Amino acid sequence: MRYAMVIDTLKCVGCSDCVVACQTENNVPVGYCRDWVTESVGGTYPSVEIELRSERCNHCSNAPCVRCCPTGASHIVEGGIVLVTHDECIGCGACIESCPYDARYTHPDGYVDKCTFCMHRVEKGQKPACVAVCPTKCMYFGDLDDANSEVSQLLKKREHKVLAPEAGTQPNVFYLI
Amino acid sequence: MITRRKFIKISALGMGAATMGAGAIQLLGAHSKSSNYAIQDFTRYPTYCEVCFWKCAGWTYVDKEGNIVKIKGNDKDTHSNGRFCPRGTGGVGMYHDTDRLQVPLIRVKDGDNETFKEATWDEALELIASKMKSIKAKYGPEAFGLLKHGAPGKHMEHLFKSYGSDTIGEPAYAQCRGPRETAFSMTFGSWVGSPEPTDIRDTKCLVLIGSHIGENMHNGQVQEMSDAIDNGATIITVDPRLSTAASKSKYWLAIKPATDLALLLAWIHVIIEEELYDKKYVEQYGYGFDELKNHVRDMTPEWAYGITTIKPSVIRETAREMAHAAPAVIVHPGRHVVWYGDDTQRGRAVAILNGLLGSWGRRGGFYFPEGKSIPKYPHPPYPDTKWSWETLGEQYPLAEMGITTEIIRASIPSEAKDGHLVKAWMVAGTNLIKSIPNKRLIEDAINSIDFMVVVDTMPSDIAGYADVVLPECTYLERYDGIRSASHRHPSIALRMPAAKPKYETKPAWWIAKQIGERLGLQAYFNYKNYEEVLDWQLKKIGSSLEEMQKIGVKNFDREENPLYLSEGEPYEFNTNTGKIEFYSTELENKGFDPLPKYTPHPEPPAGFYRLNYGRAPMHTFSRTVNNPNLNDLMDENSLWVNPKSAKVMGIKNGQYVWLKNQDDILSTFPIKVRITERIRWDSVYMVHGFGQTNKSMSRTYGKGAADTEMITHIMTDPIMGGTGMRGNFVMLLTENPHTNKNAPQKEEQES
Amino acid sequence: MNEELFVSGRNIPNIDPHLHIWHWPIPLYLFLGGLAAGILFFAALFTILGKEDKVPGAIKLAPLVAPVAIVIGLAALMFDLTHMLYFWRLYTTIRIESPMSWGAWVLMVMTPISFAWAFMYFRDVFPNFHWPFKWLYTIEDWLKTYKIWLAWALIPLTIVLGIYTGILLSAFNARPLWNNAILGPLFLTSGLSTGAAMNILFAKTPYERHLFGKIDLGLIIVELFFIIHMIMGYYAGPTAQREAVQLLMGGEFTVMFFVFIILMGLVFPLILETFELMGAKVWAAIPAILVLLGGAVLRFLMVDAGQMTRYLY
Ligand SMILES: Nc1nc2c(c(=O)[nH]1)N[C@H]1C(S)=C(S)[C@@H](COP(=O)(O)OP(=O)(O)OC[C@H]3O[C@@H](n4cnc5c(=O)[nH]c(N)nc54)[C@H](O)[C@@H]3O)O[C@H]1N2
Ligand SMILES: Nc1nc2c(c(=O)[nH]1)N[C@H]1C(S)=C(S)[C@@H](COP(=O)(O)OP(=O)(O)OC[C@H]3O[C@@H](n4cnc5c(=O)[nH]c(N)nc54)[C@H](O)[C@@H]3O)O[C@H]1N2
Ligand code: SF4
Ligand code: SF4
Ligand code: SF4
Ligand code: SF4
Ligand code: SF4
Ligand SMILES: [Mo]
Repeated sequence: MRYAMVIDTLKCVGCSDCVVACQTENNVPVGYCRDWVTESVGGTYPSVEIELRSERCNHCSNAPCVRCCPTGASHIVEGGIVLVTHDECIGCGACIESCPYDARYTHPDGYVDKCTFCMHRVEKGQKPACVAVCPTKCMYFGDLDDANSEVSQLLKKREHKVLAPEAGTQPNVFYLI
Repeated sequence: MITRRKFIKISALGMGAATMGAGAIQLLGAHSKSSNYAIQDFTRYPTYCEVCFWKCAGWTYVDKEGNIVKIKGNDKDTHSNGRFCPRGTGGVGMYHDTDRLQVPLIRVKDGDNETFKEATWDEALELIASKMKSIKAKYGPEAFGLLKHGAPGKHMEHLFKSYGSDTIGEPAYAQCRGPRETAFSMTFGSWVGSPEPTDIRDTKCLVLIGSHIGENMHNGQVQEMSDAIDNGATIITVDPRLSTAASKSKYWLAIKPATDLALLLAWIHVIIEEELYDKKYVEQYGYGFDELKNHVRDMTPEWAYGITTIKPSVIRETAREMAHAAPAVIVHPGRHVVWYGDDTQRGRAVAILNGLLGSWGRRGGFYFPEGKSIPKYPHPPYPDTKWSWETLGEQYPLAEMGITTEIIRASIPSEAKDGHLVKAWMVAGTNLIKSIPNKRLIEDAINSIDFMVVVDTMPSDIAGYADVVLPECTYLERYDGIRSASHRHPSIALRMPAAKPKYETKPAWWIAKQIGERLGLQAYFNYKNYEEVLDWQLKKIGSSLEEMQKIGVKNFDREENPLYLSEGEPYEFNTNTGKIEFYSTELENKGFDPLPKYTPHPEPPAGFYRLNYGRAPMHTFSRTVNNPNLNDLMDENSLWVNPKSAKVMGIKNGQYVWLKNQDDILSTFPIKVRITERIRWDSVYMVHGFGQTNKSMSRTYGKGAADTEMITHIMTDPIMGGTGMRGNFVMLLTENPHTNKNAPQKEEQES
Repeated sequence: MNEELFVSGRNIPNIDPHLHIWHWPIPLYLFLGGLAAGILFFAALFTILGKEDKVPGAIKLAPLVAPVAIVIGLAALMFDLTHMLYFWRLYTTIRIESPMSWGAWVLMVMTPISFAWAFMYFRDVFPNFHWPFKWLYTIEDWLKTYKIWLAWALIPLTIVLGIYTGILLSAFNARPLWNNAILGPLFLTSGLSTGAAMNILFAKTPYERHLFGKIDLGLIIVELFFIIHMIMGYYAGPTAQREAVQLLMGGEFTVMFFVFIILMGLVFPLILETFELMGAKVWAAIPAILVLLGGAVLRFLMVDAGQMTRYLY
């Protein structure tokens, strides 16, 4: 089992529904976020292109945040989901510094928090909250070990990329381009 | 001049009554230590969204302590298909916002000083009822106008019609989609209506004339545009700015602003000259094709090139793309279409193009929507009125709804005609200061009238001008009318409270009923509560309140006619000729051009930039800017400036500037510059809704600038009275032009 | 023109303009850790070399600073933990891959040893002082008997601690400025150098002062060599690193880097100490203090600037 998210940048409109939906689903306090949206603009008017991306923890297969955690609070569970156990986390910030994507934040209660791939929903067979809400249906979630899953199929068919591959973390969030 | 009615900042009156502890700002109650939070069992209540007017149906989730935690779409709903847009998802913030109006407020004068005092509902309602009585006695009920929008408006409309006033208007007409409705009425004998019956998910070619779907977050449209992308549909976007939709399009036609009509006519020319139109369809249903053909004979792509800057080859190529896809093509009618004053005519060109392509009533074009009509709860007939919105808008013979600006104008004695003077207003669910251009006119009117009530959930800009402010509870805390949607099939949705109204707030239906009873109109409000009305209505259409409380949305089969025209089916359009009128007999009768003509519009003078504005996907006008969740996503608007123009002006990215328009009006607040290639060098762009002037909107006060402030030159549509707002030009000022740094601009002008 | 921006989510004060998770306590902790490592390294080294009598300042006096430095350093580290009450979780597991973990453990071991060392010579430094309990004398005797073992243990431990202060940063691939192999040796050298500087300050004899002057001189040269190497490494590295080093070479931190670290922290002391060794009259405390300050600024700069560098955005 290897969970992955595939996001179609050709459909994403940058509406940020994924961000609010995560906030209300996961009780992320106002002023913080587990996911965010970026926009890259290139070219010169009127020959301009933009790419919109919904970003979050990449649940890296080679996760530096897990390696550098001194307490084991950051850990990997079945399916490759990277999690933080809140009451094992001392808030040392090592994992935050180790993440090339700045995907983690310090919760006002002190522990470090980040995207969980909505484990609690996935366990129940539901899609992550951001995936479920996305109005353009541009996000897909599934198992890469299953060659027939929607995500595997999309990656087979479409051109794609991951973010900062040079950081060597082997992300499991993919962007169709 | 000392104004009679000073703007009162609601913050001035220590809204002490029920200020919440600081903890509440953390929004969703206590944080739990683990992610178990999300596994909690919630109770869910059906609702439909009030964050915009798409009215998606969904579920409000409430935790064990009774806190509203999240809102989700209802899978059965045709507006949301189970997915809310960001504003709908963030709707929870409307409920949690501690800046909300909490108690009724009454303006009191103490010498020169004016403040609001907190009042009981009884006091406030009594005062309103007595004013309504005295206005009726002195000037007739027609002199009490209602400016409204959204769900509260419906309840107030019933109150006003029962009372004898049909002096009613809403910004969703003359500031929004009025021109396209008139244009499509003239052509197809039918409004476009809302939600637009555009069959986007099955289209092969979607043409967007400015409508910036994706930023304009009307849910169904966004979802279906995405389906269309999946299906490989061609998208053609005409927009001077690289809108999000433009960035997803095969063709982005970066048109010179204000010249769309020329492009549309050139397209029509190509489609006729190259005989690309749907001949059978045009022959069977069309009227005035030959006149049209003659009319556009010289309107070649080469002619349009000089006007629009779009290359003739591109015009031809895109016209062929459309024809190739026809009839599964949609030339989208747009929605906020009050641009340059010739908007009905531009809408006509859009309608004509659709007519030629045969997309009206066709799969992948426009389908025929069907809705369920909800029987009206029994009440005596409304009294006749001596004059109404129609009388006030007489100058605009094809206006089909109240024109807000005419009601406002009729409130100023020197402007009122035939003694039709409006003496008092109720403003319910609309923030006139932001939604109606020409603030001067509104302020003059407000200073002229005797009395003004504002019914709102937030201390909006307009609330500061009221004599009485009534705090409505949010949509998550109340029952409202049944949402009956016209769609591919009829469907209804229920809104019910998920929590008790916070503070002293009340639903609009209750407010209307209370005022009605005090006016002796009991017969019109013959029910104990709204559940009774809903249950009665629902039972009439084969459901019940109990059932709807469980399912939220009920879908029905179509009964009237098929979704699309079938091949060669005889069909009578609701126009004078019963045909699709390429040549409009009605416009001709009323003395307007029966065929659309291109007329040039002014261009920005030296040193000025055309003010362009639009939507951000995470906000709805001014109603969400203080919403904690949505403010978190975007807390101020920025001014888009092309890098070339920025260089000329010596302006840097992130710098704050003030704006001055062609009429020397200054923006109250500065706005942050975003230097971007997404905008033309002769224009600047900003998102509408920011620049709140009411300090009690603590999160958003003073953040960003208001486009509406800069819109003082209005190009009125002579056909239906729409207020064209895109003919304003601004200059960027790097120094604060306000001598008194804190004073709002209004006070300065008066000195 | 290219533009990259956050549409939503991240453009909030809690995260941007850049992550600033580690505040002043972390560089302080790294500096004090390095300092303690340096002091104890020399104390142990000269004990093993049997030079106790020749360098009494380094063996008896300066080590009094070590436990204080370690305790303040640890306190600073704790202070920067945002979930402080759970700090004991550090000691429920050993995670080899986490420098933070083995740093915590090394410190755990170093703390009692540093106290023991200071305790052992406390009455040598303050001859009039008397322990309140008899058993304390017993311990003192016992320690003195076995101090050679203690010294042998300290050699690897201090080196690990010294390197650790650098590796803690360089382990983070995600921060291009930190991500270079020289940071460990550099911080170790700098730690030893600050230790030597401390020994100059505490030197009891001119011999001792000169000895540590010479040692420091050598360390400074090595440090300069490492720094030049490091900068060249950035330039030879991927884009992210080339961009990162701009912070030092013509960016926000240039003045701090060249004036406070290179000039005042290394070059001046180098010159002054050379003069002194050549017999010129220099007040030895000046280069020593400069070295200490330079060592501290180096940590503050690397921690601060490093957090500003990233791969994306
Ligand atoms: N997120 C969000 N969505 C909303 C709303 C909201 O408040 N927030 N409001 C809803 C409502 S009520 C409405 S009416 C709709 C309005 O949504 P639309 O009908 O899509 O709005 P417009 O204002 O017509 O479109 C704005 C676009 O027009 C472009 N434009 C400006 N001048 C010209 C021109 O001369 N020619 C052309 N071709 N394009 C031009 C602008 O660059 C911008 O991209 O949005 C609805 N959806
Ligand atoms: N300059 C400029 N002007 C415009 C536009 C533009 O793009 N630019 N767009 C135009 C268009 S398309 C439209 S449709 C109009 C929209 O115009 P409005 O509908 O007036 O827009 P809002 O700013 O959302 O104002 C709604 C008010 O209703 C309040 N409200 C929200 N929910 C409730 C509720 O449940 N009960 C009550 N009682 N009040 C509530 C909000 O707090 C807010 O004060 O604006 C038009 N005007
Ligand atoms: S919800 Fe979907 S469309 Fe909107 S920003 Fe997120 S990924 Fe993009
Ligand atoms: S994205 Fe960052 S937090 Fe997530 S697994 Fe990778 S390194 Fe860790
Ligand atoms: S902050 Fe918490 S999760 Fe992150 S490395 Fe430290 S202990 Fe582990
Ligand atoms: S998967 Fe869940 S936790 Fe992760 S960003 Fe999406 S909603 Fe948030
Ligand atoms: S489109 Fe969004 S804001 Fe409008 S009704 Fe639907 S969910 Fe609510
Ligand atoms: Mo609108």
